[in-house]
Amino acid sequence: MNTVRAAFLAGALCWSFIAGAQIAVPPLTGRVTDQTATLSAEQKASLEQTLTAFEGRKGSQLAVLLVSTTAPETIEQYALRVAEQWKLGRKKVDDGAILVIAKADRALRIEVGYGLEGALNDTTSKRIISEVITPSLKQGDFYGGITAGVDQIIRVIDGEPLPAPSRMSAGNTADISQYVPIIFMLALVIGGVLRSVMGRVPGALVTGGAVAAVAWFFAGAVSIALGAGVIALLFTLLSGGMGGFYGGHGRGGFGGGGGFGGGGGGFGGGGASGRF
Amino acid sequence: MRKLAIILTILFASSLSGCGYNTFQTNDEAIKASWAEVLNQYKRRADLVPNLVQVVQGYASHEKNVLTEVTNARASVGGINATPELVNNPEAFAKFQQAQSQLSGALSRLLVVSENYPQLKADANFRDLQAQLEGTENRIAVARNRYIKSVQEYNVTVRSFPSNLTAMVLGYKAKPNFTVENEKEIATPPKVEFGLTPAKPQGEAQGTAK
Repeated sequence: MNTVRAAFLAGALCWSFIAGAQIAVPPLTGRVTDQTATLSAEQKASLEQTLTAFEGRKGSQLAVLLVSTTAPETIEQYALRVAEQWKLGRKKVDDGAILVIAKADRALRIEVGYGLEGALNDTTSKRIISEVITPSLKQGDFYGGITAGVDQIIRVIDGEPLPAPSRMSAGNTADISQYVPIIFMLALVIGGVLRSVMGRVPGALVTGGAVAAVAWFFAGAVSIALGAGVIALLFTLLSGGMGGFYGGHGRGGFGGGGGFGGGGGGFGGGGASGRF
Repeated sequence: MRKLAIILTILFASSLSGCGYNTFQTNDEAIKASWAEVLNQYKRRADLVPNLVQVVQGYASHEKNVLTEVTNARASVGGINATPELVNNPEAFAKFQQAQSQLSGALSRLLVVSENYPQLKADANFRDLQAQLEGTENRIAVARNRYIKSVQEYNVTVRSFPSNLTAMVLGYKAKPNFTVENEKEIATPPKVEFGLTPAKPQGEAQGTAK
């Protein structure tokens, strides 16, 4: 047992050394992440705006990352780790792309998600890098190079038929079907208790009201709350006495308070790299 | 009696998942999927080779050595029947790996040679093919990495308690993984020489060792 523990400890130590040797991937806070303080606040804001507008129009998530260096990894390895952690692009559509620039290494890469590999293929990415971005970067004009590159990437993706952006990604209204399982759970638990305490009709009414209040709190839309309440009311009214059923429902998919997050897109190493 | 049978069945099923049977199945499928991706990307590279050779031939036809080397390596890669079952046969696996690394070496030599032909380097077709080759080498590296990880997971399950008992009973063995072929080359730091040779093409040795 002791040897096993020692071996495990040794293994954990080795891994922590390996992990410590790599540059950490910055947390995803916005579409433009500048760790080198190259871009001014206005430049960053205008780039963000371009990328946000594009996501609203087309659905694809693009991001720009400026780091000083990716050593000891190559830019390809680093960019893939960033892509795997950020998960840009919609789930199943995989339409994310990241422009990574390592300033001190004088290297850059466009990392392309699976879904965009058709339009933004290796050849096109390479051309954007060598013909559009690199000339500006060589002269030290990072903002010019990035905007020109991003514009070109957007133009290329625009030519690709992708599923229309859903309103979910804009983050304002939610579909009621998403909340149905939670409503049922609430109705089941609360309704079961209240029914036995108050009787059928008053219990159902109170349950409906409670579920509506909770739904309103989470979803923030009155129509959804009312719908949820009615469903819960009917459910409690019609269901038989199902006592003692406390399902272990995990944490729901709430959260997202208006921030920017990856949609769960997959990457497989597509794209191109270059030097300036 | 019937109740007893049901209870026994449930107990048996839950004991199966407890001893790692389901983990084996999940990991095995993950390996199959990631191996298919590796093959897919190697295929993609092999498909690029004829076009690349043709373009280089147009500008540098007297570089016969390198060109035939690439063509032969491509032929030997194509000669291996790369089925998904290859994973379970360490010998065939090693042979496959050797053929692929031979092609990697031949291709990187071809790119080095092409540096001496400015006209070739300026050819749009060649540049596109080079970009595709670079991208494919990177994809191969990624696919290999993911395969390595999934095999690692499987092998850990095979060797750790209590799932190793299940593996013993069902005859599951640890699967071969990718190894680094040119360990010595990697261990020596790259030499930096100024003004002697033109810069080597980027990403030439990407696919060989990760």
